[in-house]
Amino acid sequence: MSRTLSAPVTVAFDYTRSTGPVVGRFLSGLRDGVVVGGRTSTGQVVVPPLEFDPVTHEATTEFVEVSPVGTVTSWTWVPEPVKDQPFDRPFAFALVTLDGADAPLLHALDVSSPAEVTTGMRVRVRWAAERVGHINDIACFEPLAPGEAEAAAPAASSEEPVTGVVTKVSLDYQYAASPEESLFYRGLNEGRIMGQRCPTCQKVYVPPRSACPSDGTPTVEEVELSQTGTITTFCIVNVPFLGQKITPPYVSAYVLLDGADIAVLHLILGVPADEVRMGMRVKAVWKPKDEWAYSLENIDHFAPTGDPDADYDTYKHHL
Amino acid sequence: MRDVAVVGFAQRQMPQFDGSPTCVELLVPVFKELYEQTGWTRKDVGFWCSGSSDYLAGRSFSFVQAVDAIGVIPPVNESHVEMDLAWAMYEAWIKIQTGEVDTALVYAFGKSSAGVLRRTLALQLEPYTMTPLWPDTVSLAGLQARAGIDAGLWDERAMAEVANRSLTDAEKNDHAIRKGGSSVEELLARPMYADPLRKHDCSPVTDGVAALVLAAGDKARDVRERPAWLTGISHSIDPMGMGVRDLARSPSAQRAGAALDLGGVEVAELHAPFSHQELILRTELGLGDDVVINPSGGALASNPMFSGGGIRVGEAAQRIWSGDADKTLAHATSGPALQQNLVCTLEASTEGERI
Repeated sequence: MSRTLSAPVTVAFDYTRSTGPVVGRFLSGLRDGVVVGGRTSTGQVVVPPLEFDPVTHEATTEFVEVSPVGTVTSWTWVPEPVKDQPFDRPFAFALVTLDGADAPLLHALDVSSPAEVTTGMRVRVRWAAERVGHINDIACFEPLAPGEAEAAAPAASSEEPVTGVVTKVSLDYQYAASPEESLFYRGLNEGRIMGQRCPTCQKVYVPPRSACPSDGTPTVEEVELSQTGTITTFCIVNVPFLGQKITPPYVSAYVLLDGADIAVLHLILGVPADEVRMGMRVKAVWKPKDEWAYSLENIDHFAPTGDPDADYDTYKHHL
Repeated sequence: MRDVAVVGFAQRQMPQFDGSPTCVELLVPVFKELYEQTGWTRKDVGFWCSGSSDYLAGRSFSFVQAVDAIGVIPPVNESHVEMDLAWAMYEAWIKIQTGEVDTALVYAFGKSSAGVLRRTLALQLEPYTMTPLWPDTVSLAGLQARAGIDAGLWDERAMAEVANRSLTDAEKNDHAIRKGGSSVEELLARPMYADPLRKHDCSPVTDGVAALVLAAGDKARDVRERPAWLTGISHSIDPMGMGVRDLARSPSAQRAGAALDLGGVEVAELHAPFSHQELILRTELGLGDDVVINPSGGALASNPMFSGGGIRVGEAAQRIWSGDADKTLAHATSGPALQQNLVCTLEASTEGERI
């Protein structure tokens, strides 16, 4: 058995950004099949245009159309492409100074081996089949044979300026629990609730942590907790939200398990929402065993035991 | 200005950490080591600052959970930077300069192996026209290496010389995860990886944590016979557009170095995650052949994200504590292709010129 539990996880978000007048101008150009640069205070034409001048810090206002043909000023081979790069097989990234520009643009170069690239080689933009106002409207650069002309871009699809861009970001991880969290989740997979005791302050943490947050001492002594506890505080959820699994109103509560010093957040069922109260005694209700996994969701909810409420003094230090 | 010294340093480095993204399991023993070095308890630390990023291993608020390693009853004075340990140290140095505190412990952690590090780092690029192409760290370094080769500033042999010296020196460093030099010829005979880079030109993906202790005046003298006084510290950044600067140079490194008195530096620990970047830094900082570079093996031997720069400070401080040197330099970098740079000088005496 490995020391820790782990599982693959993907974190994804579509970043939606407004482009402003400078980046918007550049991306509008790409959609329309032209590459637009910006002139800096020193007279240089920079592609993509800079929003603010690197010397004077004034906003860029002068735009210049440059050629879709240019010269490679540096390149590197990409032997093992990563997800979402312009090609999923080996290719080159290149810095290309387009004719009419003074600074290079970074993009992929479609060649099949490093032997096909040299600094100084002539390349041209290969336009994407569908252009929307995005850096990927340039599919890549491609080598330009001697005497070959630039490729004409198909006509523009819209007259409206580009004002926003969406960048999809998706990151894949192998997500690991700490050894202490692994103890907790392995316990749940066996129908047990496991915590750990701090050797310094004797507090019992559930889920256990790698160190006692009060003392900074690693918690090592394993403690199996009671499945019965006390509601220390709660809220009635009335507002629907994306991904909600239960129909409102329902109760989320902090349950202080007997023997623990920190409450766990869980769902309260088996009682009308307006009858839930601080001090109410509740017990864990587990899902059928064949549905168990390494998850706190193995406990379906907590339900009232029917016992008299706990004295306020027994949980006042845990609020 | 108050005299502030580096008086403690501890580190853990490994190819793959079998534990949580918060690295609390590594931070606790590192803090313990620092309490032993200083004779302090956590209550003697006036200020804490950490460096990390949730993007590295996909755990939200990992820097908040990492605070567990401190123990926060009674509450502590604490901050965080989404930057390398060296910049956490910079914040602590300023905090001490304000007079609010006399001591600080700064730490950093990162589990790079949980994701695809060279891809994750594309998120630090210009988000409109660069990030959507996912230019990975190795590719951007390759563009930079080629720019210098084409300009005649260095060649593959010079890069291999850096790698060979680093991997040879790393044999004496227990923390290094890649070590063992051979010869320049042997390294040059190895296959290209991301042409013009071979694998030994690129720092290994490394997990780990590191921490430094700072103290002012007599507090520092109480801890060490020879505190490593921070006689100068400066940092600077270049524009994020890769096309608008000469990639074969690092103007921000030059600028950071020029703000300090680098005369008399005997040892320099340079944070160069790619072999050619050491060559750029030596030029930008004007380091002569008499300066010993990266006796620890440097970042080519191991480079834990968020600790790699601060480890250079710790290594440079140790040379002062031990009496091996009277003046050392430490450098840290952040961003693509040496975009952002911090330089500091450490000295056995507080007489050095301060910024």
